[in-house]
Amino acid sequence: MNLTSKTNTQNNRGEHCDGQPEARGETALASQDDFASRPSKSREDITRREFVVTAGVIGGGLALGLPHLASSVGGGSGLAIAEESAPAHVMNVQLRINGNMQSLSLDSRVTLLDALREHLKLTGSKKGCDHGQCGACTVLVNGRRINSCLSLAVAHQGDEVVTVEGLARGEDLHPVQTAFIEHDGLQCGYCTPGQICSAVAMLDEAKNGAASFVTADLAKIGPAKLDDDEIRERMSGNICRCGAYPGILAAVRSVYKDGEKAEMRSGS
Amino acid sequence: MIPFEYQRVDQPEAAVNAVANSQNTKFLAGGTNLIDLMKNNVERPTRLVDITHLPLGRIEDLPDGGVRLGALARNSDTANHPLVRQKYPLLAQALLAGASPQLRNMATNGGNLLQRTRCYYFMEPGFAQCNKRAPGSGCGALEGINRIHAILGASKECIATHPSDMCVALAALDASVRLRGPKGERSMAMTDFHRLPGKTPEVDTNLHPDELILSIDLPASPYAAHSHYLKIRDRASYAFALVSVAAALEMDGQQVRSARIALGGVAHKPWRAQEAEKTLVGKPLSADVIETAAKQTVVGAKGYQYNNFKIEMAIQGVVRALKMAGGMV
Repeated sequence: MNLTSKTNTQNNRGEHCDGQPEARGETALASQDDFASRPSKSREDITRREFVVTAGVIGGGLALGLPHLASSVGGGSGLAIAEESAPAHVMNVQLRINGNMQSLSLDSRVTLLDALREHLKLTGSKKGCDHGQCGACTVLVNGRRINSCLSLAVAHQGDEVVTVEGLARGEDLHPVQTAFIEHDGLQCGYCTPGQICSAVAMLDEAKNGAASFVTADLAKIGPAKLDDDEIRERMSGNICRCGAYPGILAAVRSVYKDGEKAEMRSGS
Repeated sequence: MIPFEYQRVDQPEAAVNAVANSQNTKFLAGGTNLIDLMKNNVERPTRLVDITHLPLGRIEDLPDGGVRLGALARNSDTANHPLVRQKYPLLAQALLAGASPQLRNMATNGGNLLQRTRCYYFMEPGFAQCNKRAPGSGCGALEGINRIHAILGASKECIATHPSDMCVALAALDASVRLRGPKGERSMAMTDFHRLPGKTPEVDTNLHPDELILSIDLPASPYAAHSHYLKIRDRASYAFALVSVAAALEMDGQQVRSARIALGGVAHKPWRAQEAEKTLVGKPLSADVIETAAKQTVVGAKGYQYNNFKIEMAIQGVVRALKMAGGMV
């Protein structure tokens, strides 16, 4: 645990904030096998992330006891170690991730989130609560936002997945990404990839006429008008522990307003 | 999570066959509740049958003026379907009150019915006592932290509540559930679908283990003009109900021709309040008659150490929901 905090203090502010929750997520995640099979590297070769992961595993293992490390896939309370060591069911799955077809051989228990982060090294999508309560793992599947932590990777055979890494076009950020920077829609940044993916999908949903719990007239069908209450309600599946909500609201509002202006110019 | 075999099926018959004679097999739909409980080692299937590719995702008109909601239509698509928004705004509201947009994009209508309780003692195997999770072990909530627990229809064995919003609206709207088992199809009233805990709280519903939910059927409704779903919770969004109320009125001028009231967050099943409904029928809608009806909804209610407040909250919730439905506020 001390190793983790020491790493953090040596980094700049952004990395410091990013590092803490990342270490926590990995502690619950990395299996003994993963850990043991990791090739040894010289000190210079070890990336910040790997170092934080390793430190987290060691620290977490000491703090929580070895049974926790033995409960490999999908967390769990470590109460069923014998059964968890029963043979895994490994399956082949093809996923289109950010436009690239990926073939993976996965334990049926692996969530879409873990497939992205641990198998494809797409660590933009974050593991916050791992129980569908925080939204940090939000990705787009076939254009719709979902919590990737509550979804099995093998169930997404043939699906089109877009993560935060797939939103920009080369060096050109997605307008929602630009707006989050312009409007300070973040502090530590850990929830930000989920917030951004969620906002991208939410703006599409509104355009397609989706209602929310605060929509006054549900019988009226057509594109949704988004005021601040609508944006808050529609973004409520993404929790920000820093409380950067005013910035997030401003960022989403600005992208929505730009869209409205563009529609007015095009005469629709 | 224990290892499990994963299988995808594409026809209802194959789905029913896959669970027949198989003790530890479960259907997987949206997964928002099942996968969560599997991570906690509360649910421990050794085989999952993925039914999301069955052709049960449609929302369509029925010949009698009602609407059929496919079991595998997602909650978000159901809430936003024009037929639901215009004929059953109460249901659309209830759906939109539940969970988050991401979860509603995953969760299916059939899965919503089969949600398990959010009782802390059920959700966490670290607690030794839970008759629902480990029959015979006792109820941790009875003498424990029972703020979110039932005030109606509970037993000494279990005081858990059903967490759904959707089901509360469905109970009020006289929906029925169409099921398919090895011997064919059958239909069950929504109000009969969930059980009270009694001495067997481990059984949530009257669905047989080898049955598949095909659809939820709504009859033609006279309530579109006057209905309201009220949800009282600890934060303004993305939280389970402490108390929720589905209220619907069919008005004949100033008089109530018929009424529907169902409560959520108060019992092991959506709680339909038929005596209170009868009180309203044939009378002009007034604050007095609403208050009388509201008090009837909690007849027989029993609070525990931390949830006594729910009894008054239910009364005031019904008052508020009826006034909103009737356009009085």
